[in-house]
Amino acid sequence: MSALIELASFSKKFADTPVLTDIDLRVSEGEVVVILGPSGCGKSTLLRCLNGLELGHSGTFTFDGQRLPANADWRRVRQQIGMVFQSYHLFPHMTVLQNVLLGPLQVQKRDAQEARQQAEALLARVGLAERVNAYPRELSGGQQQRIAIVRALCMNPKVMLFDEVTAALDPEMVKEVLEVILDLAQGGMTMLIVTHEMAFARAVADRILFMDRGRIAEQNDPETFFSAPQTARAQQFLERFSYVENMPKRKAS
Amino acid sequence: MTFDYAFALSTLPAFVRAVGVTLQVGLIAILSSLTVAVLNAAIATFKVPLLHRLVPLYVELARNTPLLIQLFFIYFALPALGVRISGFAAAVIAMTFMGGAYLTEILRAGIEAVPKAQIESGLSIGLSRWQLLRHVILPQAGILSLPALFANFVFLLKETTVVSAVAVPEILYTTKNYIALYYKTYEMLAVMTGLCVLLFLPLSLLLGLLERRLQHGQFGS
Amino acid sequence: MASSGLELLWVSAPQLLTGAGRTLGISALAILFSSIGGLLYGVLRSLGKRWLDVPLRVYLELFRAIPVLVWLYLFFFGLPIFFGVSLPAFWCAVLVLSLWGASEIGEVVRGALRSIPRGQREAGLAIGLDLGQLYGRVLLPQALKRLTPPVINVCTRLLKTSSLAVLIGVVDITKVGQQIIERTYESVLIYGFLFVFFFIVCYPLSAASRVLERRWNHA
Repeated sequence: MSALIELASFSKKFADTPVLTDIDLRVSEGEVVVILGPSGCGKSTLLRCLNGLELGHSGTFTFDGQRLPANADWRRVRQQIGMVFQSYHLFPHMTVLQNVLLGPLQVQKRDAQEARQQAEALLARVGLAERVNAYPRELSGGQQQRIAIVRALCMNPKVMLFDEVTAALDPEMVKEVLEVILDLAQGGMTMLIVTHEMAFARAVADRILFMDRGRIAEQNDPETFFSAPQTARAQQFLERFSYVENMPKRKAS
Repeated sequence: MTFDYAFALSTLPAFVRAVGVTLQVGLIAILSSLTVAVLNAAIATFKVPLLHRLVPLYVELARNTPLLIQLFFIYFALPALGVRISGFAAAVIAMTFMGGAYLTEILRAGIEAVPKAQIESGLSIGLSRWQLLRHVILPQAGILSLPALFANFVFLLKETTVVSAVAVPEILYTTKNYIALYYKTYEMLAVMTGLCVLLFLPLSLLLGLLERRLQHGQFGS
Repeated sequence: MASSGLELLWVSAPQLLTGAGRTLGISALAILFSSIGGLLYGVLRSLGKRWLDVPLRVYLELFRAIPVLVWLYLFFFGLPIFFGVSLPAFWCAVLVLSLWGASEIGEVVRGALRSIPRGQREAGLAIGLDLGQLYGRVLLPQALKRLTPPVINVCTRLLKTSSLAVLIGVVDITKVGQQIIERTYESVLIYGFLFVFFFIVCYPLSAASRVLERRWNHA
């Protein structure tokens, strides 16, 4: 099966500091890739290079058979690669429905009725059908994030990118967002997810990409990665998380 | 168009004097305005009967009328009431009138921005109202207001060009004079522009630096 | 005494109205052009392109360094010399005030756009909006509330500064007043009237600006 997304020797620098080095990546249609790594390893940057918010300086990026150089028509690409951000960034001066329909109506110039029907169906699917006319400030973080996901989905993208989308949420709202993403995965959406939620990563991923200092240090299926990490860095990284899970109990004095 | 360098150079002494006048008027205006502002701050803090109601009226009046009209009123209208004053004096009075109002507003905002907790701690160690103002409120209000104050100082300095309208021999008046006398318009305009850039550009760039340093991102003020 | 004063004003009303028309005309046109120019300036500078930024910054610093009255003289005396164009004083005033006003409003617009979180720009780009749509539908609508009170303040300053037009010979309300004084010597009355005139025009604007600032930007 040919790859939907293909990065070959892809690299990026900020001024003289390398941020991504020699990234080789192939993502097939329907695949869910979860990207893990310590902070500063470049995982967010990698995601942002995939929709042109950041640009690489060497190597190639091929999407759906087409080579995408730095001066590619990113507008066209962004209609096919959707992105959801950590701070959702809904447009505060628009209602939920207006937020969701802005792309379909103004960018894709679709028929208003058809777009609206899709929007309402998707909002119902994430459990927010009755909030169509609310403003973002009236909603909780979890609700806003689910709407941000719908906003991206309404463009009918081929790929969805998720950049630490639960990191800014209060713990009790994380589950509702992860469930939406899981649902999407089961529906066959191609996704690249950056997250810190280990259990979720284990459950949703087809493949784990572990990054360290701008490089892909390890790639494996989730079971293998979590139970038998191959590289020292990956082991250290996972140890940090298992420390939290297996915290020694305080002795009663 | 050839530039008559010789002529331009010959006028330099007069222009140096003119810059002196600009600075004189400007600095006196700045100091008096500051005094007025501090006075008004004290009046507001102590709620001096009657006066503290007049201060906001004064501020509104002075900030919503042009300096030129204030200047003309003082210079042309007051003689009719028996008070005859020189152009220089009228200039200083008018600029103090206007400047005092602007600085009063800035200090007021600065004082309001001093956290209430400061006032409470000052009161609880037994400071009198006056000591509170002098040792706790004004210093902190001053620092908070610094960018805005400095901006207004530069503004006052630039507004001195307006007083050329009552024959105060600052740079604009001197320029107009020489143009009228010798018809060397090109040269005089060039000298005037050069002087303005030399005097005011460093100040406004410095102001920008100060604003960025103190990070008081109140755009547009 | 008072009644003869009011009588004089009543009798001179036609000239005063013409003068007021010129003063307010200069201001209104300047406000119009400054708003358009300022919007352009603010948006262009917020794009972050060096080749746009530098000349715009030079323009800003020039209008900040050189006082408006000096600019009035530069244009009034300088245009005939350098460009052979002799612009009537009225239009000179409109031009200078528009250029100055545009730089001031432009900085307000630029600041307002900068205060919008960067994520809004990215979220807009991520759904494929082009620059026009990004600014028109996402960024500028959000900037509007933040920039309105300061822009109103600039408009007030434009109104006040238009009084300088009398110094390059425009027969505005100040000049008309001075002509009346020449005939009647009623300097206190006339200058008092001018005082009140500008106050009545400017005060509602500053009050509105304060009200809006409180209502919109203190949430």
